[in-house]
Amino acid sequence: MEFGPHLMLASLEGAVIASILALTAMGLSIVFGVMRVVNVAHGEFFMLGAVIAWWVASHVGGHAAFGFLAALIIAPLFVGAMAAGVDRLILKRIEYDPDRTIVGTIGVLYIIQQTTLMTFGPDARPVEAPFNTRLALPWFEWGENGFAMFWPWGLSTTSYKLFVIVAAAVILLALWMLITRTKLGLIMRATQQDSETAQAFGVPVGRVYSWVFGLGAGLAAIGAVLVVPIQQAHYLMGHDPLLLSFIVVIIGGLGSLPGTVIAAFLIGMSDGIISVFFSPTLAKIFATLLVAMVLVFRPQGLMGRRAP
Amino acid sequence: MTASRKSMGLHLGVLVVLAALFFILPPYHTGNMARIMVLAIYAMGYNFLFGYTGLLSLGHALFFAAGMYGFGMTVTQLGLPVPVAFAFGILAAAVVSLVIGLLALRTSGVAFMIVTLMFAQAGYLTILYFGEYTRGDEGFVIKQAQRTVAGIDLTSEAGRYGAAFILFAICFLLLARLVQSPFGRTLIAIRENEERTRMLGYDATRLKLQAIVVSGAVSGMGGATYALLFGYVGATFATVQYSIFPLLWVLLGGAGTTVGPLIGVLFMFYLIDISSSYTDAYMLIAGVVLVLLTMFAPQGLAGELRKRVMPWLP
Amino acid sequence: MATVNILHTSGLTKTYAGIKANTDVDFELAQGKITALIGPNGAGKSTFVGMVSGRIEATRGQVFFEGKDISKLPAHKRIQLGIAYTFQITSVFPGLTLHENVALAARRAFRGDEAAVDAKVRTVLTRVGLGERANQIAGDQSYGHQRLLEIAMGFAQDPKVFILDEPTQGLAESEVQDFIQLMKSLAGEVTILLIEHNMTVVMETADHITVLDQGMVLANGTPSEIHENAAVQAAYLGTTDAED
Repeated sequence: MEFGPHLMLASLEGAVIASILALTAMGLSIVFGVMRVVNVAHGEFFMLGAVIAWWVASHVGGHAAFGFLAALIIAPLFVGAMAAGVDRLILKRIEYDPDRTIVGTIGVLYIIQQTTLMTFGPDARPVEAPFNTRLALPWFEWGENGFAMFWPWGLSTTSYKLFVIVAAAVILLALWMLITRTKLGLIMRATQQDSETAQAFGVPVGRVYSWVFGLGAGLAAIGAVLVVPIQQAHYLMGHDPLLLSFIVVIIGGLGSLPGTVIAAFLIGMSDGIISVFFSPTLAKIFATLLVAMVLVFRPQGLMGRRAP
Repeated sequence: MTASRKSMGLHLGVLVVLAALFFILPPYHTGNMARIMVLAIYAMGYNFLFGYTGLLSLGHALFFAAGMYGFGMTVTQLGLPVPVAFAFGILAAAVVSLVIGLLALRTSGVAFMIVTLMFAQAGYLTILYFGEYTRGDEGFVIKQAQRTVAGIDLTSEAGRYGAAFILFAICFLLLARLVQSPFGRTLIAIRENEERTRMLGYDATRLKLQAIVVSGAVSGMGGATYALLFGYVGATFATVQYSIFPLLWVLLGGAGTTVGPLIGVLFMFYLIDISSSYTDAYMLIAGVVLVLLTMFAPQGLAGELRKRVMPWLP
Repeated sequence: MATVNILHTSGLTKTYAGIKANTDVDFELAQGKITALIGPNGAGKSTFVGMVSGRIEATRGQVFFEGKDISKLPAHKRIQLGIAYTFQITSVFPGLTLHENVALAARRAFRGDEAAVDAKVRTVLTRVGLGERANQIAGDQSYGHQRLLEIAMGFAQDPKVFILDEPTQGLAESEVQDFIQLMKSLAGEVTILLIEHNMTVVMETADHITVLDQGMVLANGTPSEIHENAAVQAAYLGTTDAED
């Protein structure tokens, strides 16, 4: 394949990665924005979403679409409820102290991961996509005979991958509506601005925290359900989404929703494109160093609410 | 001063017990104890920064690995004599920690944790990227011939225990002295109230940098010792998990106490040793312990002891 | 011969997001004297001493100490030159003993001579009346004792200039009297810059008063001159006579 079509393919792959990443990172970002804590177990909620998706899909008969649809509903709800439980049981009791929350969620990370290893096992397992038509993509070029359209070999995507991009966009839009247009969103924003004043005005801050923590984990789980038809479920799969979400959230500015989406596309696309042309390890080295440097030299990227 | 005499007695007592254990315990457990003492060196290095200076790093595996690879690669690939390679390992860790310190100390709190985590991750990936020389995930073995110092075979049971004991004792006593020195006391002051320390005329940033270098060098010495005594160098030791371990040990044993790291490693080692004979998911225990500790005993075992019965514990 | 100034500022200005906290403050601190800096709340007193000590970065202007421009020095370097600072909001090392708190302040000067540090700590703690409590934990002490500890930490540094930011705030009446006695006992020994709301303390201890209002110097003079200054009364004294 030539450079042009190759780049287009890489961009498409990048857009799929970016869509999943935007959902996952958004969960981390909302939790930090409202509760001011860093959830290190976020990647494990993602992994749990994928594993539950496999479990649900393998227990629902009929067309693959039924299982997938059931997973898309059940996995986020289950993971969200579980995260809310973690909030009640642990985070609330250590009073959301930033350092102790990090240590506590590291513990939760291992508990979820190792329990999954004990029950689900060490194997990677696939989930069948609800639909998966291969779509060949055309390429346009000025050739000897002027403008021509042709179908390069290997330049194709699947209907499912396009669906992932659309689904992520719809969910993010719905989330944005939820936060800006509904009463629930207003309560969330009030808590984010000043939890003490919100409490004084009758906002049940404790319950809001549990909901927000559940919502954050649920978003990661949705991302995971969307990804399992492309990438198999495995008990160690939470590691990369956690790291990438960190990167996205830091570059986008913790707690900033538009910043998070922009950064997710920046990172997802460049990760997709760089990995096609260079070694993925080298791409990751640059990405992690970039984040560290952003934090060191532009700390407002972390605490501020500004997009890059 | 009775407090300092008590402290001296405690430290010497710990060393006497450790020396005696070699003659009492069966070989399986002396092997474990040697490993525990080596890991305790790493934990003590971590404790110096976290427990005494109050800086929570999530990237110490980078310093451990710097010492490990600094020693392992020079001894196997350049054929340097063991003591020279060992010193080189410590130096490598000190240099790496100096560079990371200069950058990371521009941040604080959560940002400091994430920055150290990211740098360590970049370091791990770098080891993988240069797999041609480092042998990546697979790692490499240091042969018996390269693990002999002054005619003493460090692969033998006694040689290994002896070397682990001596290196542990050096770090244990030096660090106990250091934390009671004016330098160490100023670091404790920074942990307690950094702004106040600065307004007493101390250059807090410079002191924290020195603390990172001491911590990194000791952690690196732990890594070099591990490679020397157990003959294996691999990228696993540079993963996030090996940054989490010392935090876990120190929290469990008691942050900011000289005996805490040893207690934490000892406890955790046997907890995992016993549970791994039942399940592959032995890290589950680590997770549960972390959660319980952060909820109920943020001071750790030695910390609770100090609070209740031994206020003089350094 | 005029009094010798150990410290003076010229055009010291601090702007927070466009709002001026201090505007072109020219200030002089006479050696060996107690100078009080007074003014209504929000007059910029704490900002001013913050800039003098280096805790707060000045937007522009200079600070001179013993004739040298120290405007570019970081806080810890200024402290090393002999400027001691006590915080308006008590700031001690809560987990350490009183002895260790003061030792941290004294230690820098003695460079490793722990016996000398020990002796110094005992002298200073006795002087402020905390000698008996040397081995107690600072965080367990009453508010008044923590204020005294702060002052002891200042003295332990043997400063050339001692900046006290509202040292009597929140103290009981008897403790305030003790503080006045302590200040009087220091007459001539050390140069003191005192920020104080309690006019009794100011009138009884200060040799010289500078009044700050809305970030600018409103008046300078002896306590009696200031007491009679109409502008000061309008801006400040008239409204706070009822206080304390």
